[in-house]
Amino acid sequence: MAINWFKYSAPTTFYPLAGKLIPWFAISSLILFAVGLYIGFVVAPADAQQGEFYRIIFIHVPSSIISMFLYLIMAAYAALGLIFNTRLSSMMASAIAPTGALFAFISLWTGALWGKPMWGAWWVWDARLTSELILLFLYLGFIALHASIDDPRRADRAAALLAIVGSVNVPIIYFSVKWWNTLHQGSTIKYSGTSMHIAMQQAMFTMLAACWLYAIAIALTRVRSIILERERNSKWITELAEVKS
Amino acid sequence: MSLDIWMRENPLTYIWVGSYAVAFLIFAVEIAMVVHKRKITLQQVRLMREADQSEED
Repeated sequence: MAINWFKYSAPTTFYPLAGKLIPWFAISSLILFAVGLYIGFVVAPADAQQGEFYRIIFIHVPSSIISMFLYLIMAAYAALGLIFNTRLSSMMASAIAPTGALFAFISLWTGALWGKPMWGAWWVWDARLTSELILLFLYLGFIALHASIDDPRRADRAAALLAIVGSVNVPIIYFSVKWWNTLHQGSTIKYSGTSMHIAMQQAMFTMLAACWLYAIAIALTRVRSIILERERNSKWITELAEVKS
Repeated sequence: MSLDIWMRENPLTYIWVGSYAVAFLIFAVEIAMVVHKRKITLQQVRLMREADQSEED
């Protein structure tokens, strides 16, 4: 039986679906965080050069990857909202932005924590670090711009433009270590293979999956509040069980 | 200088407190904010519904 996916682009059908999905994403995320931390701190060996300090990568790398991907997803939703005038797309973009900003902040923070013992400095104006900082500012700019305009539909359009223009920064972050001579190391995991210990890879990918599931769960929870807020005058909202109770 | 010595003597504590505890604290604050926002929004919608109903009556 073919599923009509387009029907889930309407807030009326998406709202209950999101409500059903959130507990699954949240519980899976919690389990994967526990497994990832166990592998990362108990199973994975210490690094030959960096000792125990390398264990920051199990939160730093997933945060960095997710901060970049979330920005692209946010920009894609914002573009959909701008082009097709779909309400839910713009709401999704608004729901993703704070989580993306937090992941960008965690990436920068944990990077600084790693930089101090390894480089001898909390911060350097390196291309990778600077472009990630710009990403954080783009997220904050999106949130601030959206909040500064009272009419939500106008706010969606203005913030969408910023999100789309800002998405050019994501490939800059990714390729910065190749395009410029940076202090930040290049990719350890490549298509051609990796020199990482298998337990380190398992811990990193498990934490990456956990962070993804967390980001999805929190964005879905936030978008449900946004739907409630924006559609509060609709009849279907007043008929919801949680509103009636 | 003392922080440099401390972090090298206690790398796991430094990593846990500095990065993982901070990251999980950020997640906890975000969850609390999202849950609070939902409660407030639901309250507002309920109040509006009640106001509409009392107007109709």
